[in-house]
Amino acid sequence: MNTNLLILPIIMPLITAIVLLFFWFRPNRQKYISLVGHILSVLVAIPIFLEAMKGTILTMAVGNWAAPFGIVYVCDAFSGALVLLTSLVGLAVGIYSNAAIQSKRASYGYFPLVHFLLMGLYGSFLAGDIFNLYVWFEVIIIASFVLITLGGEKAQLEGAVKYVTMNLLASVIFLTGIAVLYGILGTLNLADLSLKVSESPHRALINATAILFLVGFGIKSAIFPLYFWLPDSYHTPPTPISAIFGGLLTKVGVYALIRIFSLLFIGDPFIRDLLSWIAVLTMISGAFGAIVSYNLRKIFSYLIVSHIGFMIAGLALFSPIAIAGAAYYMMHDIIAKTNLFLVGGTIYKIKGQLHIDRVKGLFSQYPYLSIVFALAMFSVVGTPPLSGFWPKIMLLKGSFAMDNMWIIVGILLATFLTLWAMVRIWSKSFWSTEANEEKTTGRYQEMTTSQRRLLIGPILFLLAISLFLGFGAGYVSQMCSLIADQLMDSDTYVNAVLGITNLPEIQN
Amino acid sequence: MELLLAISIGLLYAAGIFMILRRSLVRLILGLILLGNGANLLIFLLGRIEKGKPPVIPEGSTILEAYADPLPQALILTAIVISFGLQAFAIILVKRAYRVVKTDDIDEMNTTEEELV
Repeated sequence: MNTNLLILPIIMPLITAIVLLFFWFRPNRQKYISLVGHILSVLVAIPIFLEAMKGTILTMAVGNWAAPFGIVYVCDAFSGALVLLTSLVGLAVGIYSNAAIQSKRASYGYFPLVHFLLMGLYGSFLAGDIFNLYVWFEVIIIASFVLITLGGEKAQLEGAVKYVTMNLLASVIFLTGIAVLYGILGTLNLADLSLKVSESPHRALINATAILFLVGFGIKSAIFPLYFWLPDSYHTPPTPISAIFGGLLTKVGVYALIRIFSLLFIGDPFIRDLLSWIAVLTMISGAFGAIVSYNLRKIFSYLIVSHIGFMIAGLALFSPIAIAGAAYYMMHDIIAKTNLFLVGGTIYKIKGQLHIDRVKGLFSQYPYLSIVFALAMFSVVGTPPLSGFWPKIMLLKGSFAMDNMWIIVGILLATFLTLWAMVRIWSKSFWSTEANEEKTTGRYQEMTTSQRRLLIGPILFLLAISLFLGFGAGYVSQMCSLIADQLMDSDTYVNAVLGITNLPEIQN
Repeated sequence: MELLLAISIGLLYAAGIFMILRRSLVRLILGLILLGNGANLLIFLLGRIEKGKPPVIPEGSTILEAYADPLPQALILTAIVISFGLQAFAIILVKRAYRVVKTDDIDEMNTTEEELV
């Protein structure tokens, strides 16, 4: 279905960011304008999501140029769900940053940059053209480069050097892949590529290109041998920034992997074997990283890496239930990981530090808050009936059906190690009280009640979504099986993009 | 011409990766710039090089005649502009990092790996 609605999620943050630039010297007003922008983005995302969930694939030809020649935006159920989740995460982080971002950082353009970042995210989820996807990736990385260095502390700059290098390298590899693909097939439209890949006689060359895409997106999504930049950089910027990075940026890489591989390259046994090994190793090595770290945010960073593996496992299995599980896991992970970083940031605000041996007695001081934190932390583990549980069941079911024992072992071991990491945090920082505890405090004690509400409110909001994903599993799994059906059957995507505007065959 | 371009692209990629693997920050940036240029030339080469042919097909003529593909040029232009912005940022970042960390050696940038106490 052709609709101009699709441009709105991209336009909305752009307009907000431009308006915000006019209030450069007034950070306090920026807070309100930015909040309005986040709310408008959610309002725009809802109708797109509802329309996409009816099973129709929305398309929009930019400038009314027909599909294989012009740029198209495409929104299937997968993109629709991600657009809605991105706007919800944006809103939560937007509220949180009102209390958590110091005015020094805000005066260097924190708020406009967040909106530019969100614009890039919406753009990548909706792009139906591989070069357009590259451009949106660049929008994301340039905004994230500035956000990660904002403030210019030593650790931040060191983390940023690693982050910038790896992301620039990933972009070059992605661009190389695009160049080769264009050279072989002569088109950039994803749907058109999907048609031509299956007809192309250059099978070997196309598989080599698939590896280029795997490495390029793999660096961005932090899969096994390519993730070392992530735990070195994600814990350095302020909480709201690492929350948005942790929740969304790596997921864009996974989204691109799932999109490109389900449309273009899947079906090759070598690539599927490679993906399943990568998935298992990512899950286990990330989880081991988490249990040997002592800094809360560093533990969370390793958990991001570990849980990327679950989504890659779903892609590697590539059966309807496994893809549905991967999509479900991705939705859960976006919400849960953002919330985890917000929880970590709030603990820092309360205690003034993040080393789990030094943060003590949270439970005795703030019992109710601790319960909220616990729910957020244990939904990441997937303790039933919290949201992480159902996608793991689906993935396990998928891997049993495929007889892939290593993925089963990987999922179970990684889940167990995640539980271990969380229980360790819980017993060391929440339950234990020591007599010789150093009394350190953060800014939380000086905050007014309304500021505290701004910190806790987003956590509760994301927790509510996370609980919905857990308790509304019936609805969500229906949604995910629709997503999986559309991803498995690339013909519907191709027809929706090329069908209406199909031009007569050109003889060449 | 194709062979010459292919060799120079290979050299640019090789030199770029070699420079990234050095320990100096400045060489890191140079490596990234070389890699970016290599990728741009690769798009140019893979868009098929046609000498002296217009990118526009005149009315009434068949598409069978050789014509220059204008799309790679547009892609390269976009890629050049993007990489220009990113490289400018990277250079400033390296300068700031050098000022704050007081070293050019990437191996000594390891505060983020130590546990923050």
